[in-house]
Amino acid sequence: MVENQRWLDIFAHAILILGVATVAFPVYIAFVASTHTSTAFVSGTIPLTPSTSGPGNYGNVLSGGVAAQMSVPISLMLFNSMVMALLIAAGKIVISIISAFAIVYFRFPFRILAFWIIFITLMLPVEVRIVPTFAVIADLGMLNSYAGLTVPLMASATATFLFRQVFLTIPDEMMEAARIDGAGPMKFFRDILLPLSQTNIAALFVILFIYGWNQYLWPLLITTDSGYYTIVAGIKRMADVVESEPLWNYIMAVTVLAMLPPVAVVIFMQRLFIKGLVDSEK
Amino acid sequence: MQSKRTIFGNKGLPYLLLAPQLVITAIFFLWPAGQAVRQSFLREDAFGLSTTFVGLRNYRALLDSPEYLGALKVTVVFSIATVVLALGIALMLALAVDRMLRSAAPYTTMLIWPYAVAPAVAGILWWFIFNPAIGILPFVLERVWGYDWNHNLTGSDAMILVVVAAVWKQISYNFLFFVAGLQSIPTSLREAASIDGAGPFKRFWSITLPLLSPTTFFLLVVNVVYTLFDTFAIIDATTGGGPAQATTILVYKVYDDGFVGLNLGSSAAQSVILMIIVMALTFIQFRYVERKVTY
Repeated sequence: MVENQRWLDIFAHAILILGVATVAFPVYIAFVASTHTSTAFVSGTIPLTPSTSGPGNYGNVLSGGVAAQMSVPISLMLFNSMVMALLIAAGKIVISIISAFAIVYFRFPFRILAFWIIFITLMLPVEVRIVPTFAVIADLGMLNSYAGLTVPLMASATATFLFRQVFLTIPDEMMEAARIDGAGPMKFFRDILLPLSQTNIAALFVILFIYGWNQYLWPLLITTDSGYYTIVAGIKRMADVVESEPLWNYIMAVTVLAMLPPVAVVIFMQRLFIKGLVDSEK
Repeated sequence: MQSKRTIFGNKGLPYLLLAPQLVITAIFFLWPAGQAVRQSFLREDAFGLSTTFVGLRNYRALLDSPEYLGALKVTVVFSIATVVLALGIALMLALAVDRMLRSAAPYTTMLIWPYAVAPAVAGILWWFIFNPAIGILPFVLERVWGYDWNHNLTGSDAMILVVVAAVWKQISYNFLFFVAGLQSIPTSLREAASIDGAGPFKRFWSITLPLLSPTTFFLLVVNVVYTLFDTFAIIDATTGGGPAQATTILVYKVYDDGFVGLNLGSSAAQSVILMIIVMALTFIQFRYVERKVTY
């Protein structure tokens, strides 16, 4: 800080408190709603203080069978989301780190072409090519499967570029020394590159976990069997029928459960999260 | 392109290492994109029995279609409103945190977590708050200003709803990058200006803001991409593009025409147009942003 200006400090604190409150406001409302019985919403407005039905509501949605539109137990959706997020994050990292290794430590025909093919994936977000991609998945018989949920999302230019940058900063002498000691490429990869990229892998994993957990359009399209529903896509299916019979307390309980894992990751692994975010945008 | 001074000599191994990435890219990215381009030149009958080559007619039909031009206008309004608000609010919060010494860390933690909330979930949260029957904000609007909020009927209300949800979700991301950008501005510059008698506002306009421009420009591109594509989930989970297409953005129309309307040729042509937009944005990002970030 350059100089002390009392009023500016007070103003800054006021802005931040307002910001924090605005950011927390919808989640607080959702949480409060999830602790009431469904009759609390008939009266006209949302209650603003928590009530005592919370544990019961959460227990009900987790085990399922609350109402026709919520017959799928949320615990199953949470499990599916977890599988999807972990598989996508792990798959992206494995696939990208070996591609980056190939591009940096080998010289072979079509190397530049391979690099550009990977680069192109940046320009083709799933929303843009949704109809033909869906057709491919259907033709391959991958609808309603964990493979269909995860494999198509595993290609990653961002992660490949990130690992390429990391490898380029590792001194050439490391590899020369390893070769003199008689290490082959895979031994060098396992014993030197992997340990050296540990922090980058962890940071990227945090970002990719959130990315995988928050997928919406993809699971919505390719899962019709409720056994494969993920929680983020599942909320929409419950909300759709909601106009007829608003079970707001249950919907908001599901909403809170849907945010909990990724938000916990950001809060408890903040350092890795920020590193991952900044790294992956370079 | 850069590689190592010494390399491994294996002939087959690099192809093996690249294979998973390239196979996935080919099957799930390149092939569908190629299909979209192909279909955009075809017209399929309603039963998918016959297709005819129609050249650029799908594209021309789009440019003549009031619905498509409407979606374009909706997209522009939505993008500009979201980007300006998300950047402006985040910059204000970042400037405030930058003044803090001890309390910077707790404030940061409490501001960044919405990044982890899925866009669809962010949409649902605000959809509940704005619910015309029981929502808290319509209640306040009615009592204080006598305004009858109903995003199921009024287009502008629906637009405000999706903008609010989209901004709320994006602030944390912009905030983090603005804070990083502010920290990289040398304190000596601000001290020098201060000694020369520049007040806080003068310092902001003539030192902080210009030196922050690489960050701002980078965020501008990222935010535009966000409003064009990632916000699909917000719109689908809340307004469903309505009422009367008032919140149908381009990417939502691709989905709507393709899956609901089953108008494959038109949907494919819209896909191709969107691909060209993303390519242009990616080009801008790599051509200009990378170079300007190093100062």
